[in-house]
Amino acid sequence: MNKVENNKAWWLVLPVFLLVAFSAVVPLMTVVNYSVQDIFDANTAVFVGVEWYREVLQDSRLQDSLVRQFIYSFAVLLIEVPLGIAVALMMPTKGRMASLCLILLAIPLLIPLNVVGTIWQIFGRADIGLFGWALNSIGIDYNYASNTADAWVTVVLMDVWHWTSLVALLCYSGLRAIPDAFYQAAHIDRASNWAIFRYIQLPRLKSVLVIGILLRFMDSFMIYTEPFVLTGGGPGNSTTFLSQTLTKMAIGQFDLGPAAAFSLIYFLIVLLVSWLFFTTITHMDKDK
Amino acid sequence: MNHSKRKSFGMSLFILFILIPIYWLLNMSFKHNEEILGGLSLWPQDFTFDNYITIFTDPSWYMGYVNSMTYVAMNMVITLLVALPAAYAFSRYKFVGDKHLFFWLLSNRMAPPAVFLLPFFQLYSSVGLFDTHIAVALAHCLFSVPLAVWILEGFMSGVPREIDETAYIDGYSFPRFFIRIFIPMISSGIGVTAFFSFMFSWVELLLARTLTSVEAKPIAAIMTRTVTASGIDWGVLAAAGVLTIIPGVLVVYFVRNHVAKGFALGRV
Repeated sequence: MNKVENNKAWWLVLPVFLLVAFSAVVPLMTVVNYSVQDIFDANTAVFVGVEWYREVLQDSRLQDSLVRQFIYSFAVLLIEVPLGIAVALMMPTKGRMASLCLILLAIPLLIPLNVVGTIWQIFGRADIGLFGWALNSIGIDYNYASNTADAWVTVVLMDVWHWTSLVALLCYSGLRAIPDAFYQAAHIDRASNWAIFRYIQLPRLKSVLVIGILLRFMDSFMIYTEPFVLTGGGPGNSTTFLSQTLTKMAIGQFDLGPAAAFSLIYFLIVLLVSWLFFTTITHMDKDK
Repeated sequence: MNHSKRKSFGMSLFILFILIPIYWLLNMSFKHNEEILGGLSLWPQDFTFDNYITIFTDPSWYMGYVNSMTYVAMNMVITLLVALPAAYAFSRYKFVGDKHLFFWLLSNRMAPPAVFLLPFFQLYSSVGLFDTHIAVALAHCLFSVPLAVWILEGFMSGVPREIDETAYIDGYSFPRFFIRIFIPMISSGIGVTAFFSFMFSWVELLLARTLTSVEAKPIAAIMTRTVTASGIDWGVLAAAGVLTIIPGVLVVYFVRNHVAKGFALGRV
């Protein structure tokens, strides 16, 4: 759409600008402030420059949780995106069944994050949970609280349960936008199901998949509550992700300087990856 | 036909995968603790409402739901009020710094809530808003507003400009045009935006818990009470969990017809 040049539009944007400035810029400046100072009490603070950044970058706990965070985010994306597309393709296209499926799929998205953790905490226990009990009774020694691999499986499975629906609903809405004529043409050409998917459906899904992957990457990268409730970050530190490490540092130990420096690095990583992803996709569009 | 049968089989499997953990929670919420810990049963043997009665007769329990609902509703109203004009500006006009502003807004959606934890606590404490509903609502706005602007901008760009121009020629002022003509045309977009604001604010716990202590404490934080020295009160925990699922189901039911378009953020 061709837009009109009009700087008065700033008046319409002003409320958002003020609101976000109040709740983003002020806190962010506090974080920047902390990250370059050593604070003893309200009146004594010493400027320390990049000292905290240096300390944080060399901290092995942080490096470990960063690596775990990347593995987790990629594992989750790798499962949820193909599964979400598959579910979207399997969904009924119209009628009561379609709206029933929509409602059922959307339920996990609206459960408070700690309740998601609680559901899986209960479901995975060998004594009172169906999932843990079933696995143990067929001879698999499963215990998410003491075995690292089991804890990982449970945390990833929980995320797949929780968020695949988002990808599926996005793809479903993308598929609904394809005109019937496309399918009729493919039918006349005797196109195979695979060819229909590859050359008609997948190209149409691209824009919604970008949104889906971006949202899923951002959210899985800042995951906190669900693993915290489920495993408490354990066994050991094996499921402690970045947000939890950060919260421990800031609230638990009250190491404001390093925590602030770490916060900014964390934020920059999310921004950088999202931006890289976003520009690659938009450039791919232009090249065609 | 074989193909469509396989499709519905796969679909049923996935729906089962989603429903069984929820069923398990529901099942547990109707049991006494002795039965829960006594052994596995696929449905309650000794059906009871005691867990729900515990929650509904104790104000320190049910006020948690009231608190959560209050800040979620405030968040939805504030988000829509500020996002609607902004999205209109982004979809209709070019102005100095528009692209930068848009990306800056979105970048806030990318900020991990954990980053803002401590500064938010200090900011809202210093302006005297700590432990109020509005503090949580404002904090959640930081994450819901960028998404709201993005969604609404998508829906608004789908409305042709000619409609605006015709309305102005017919003598409509901007506010009157916006409220009387434009908003009804993008009502499904507004429904979806409200849905997304609800979704974010209702499920979020980290910020809500940090910014409150007694007066505005969300239900999700109250649920941790069930863990006591004598162990976990599983039945009440499950019942409280089930009650947090219900508002979500109601919201999905109301927007079900818009969900398909809305989930693509108005962009297909």
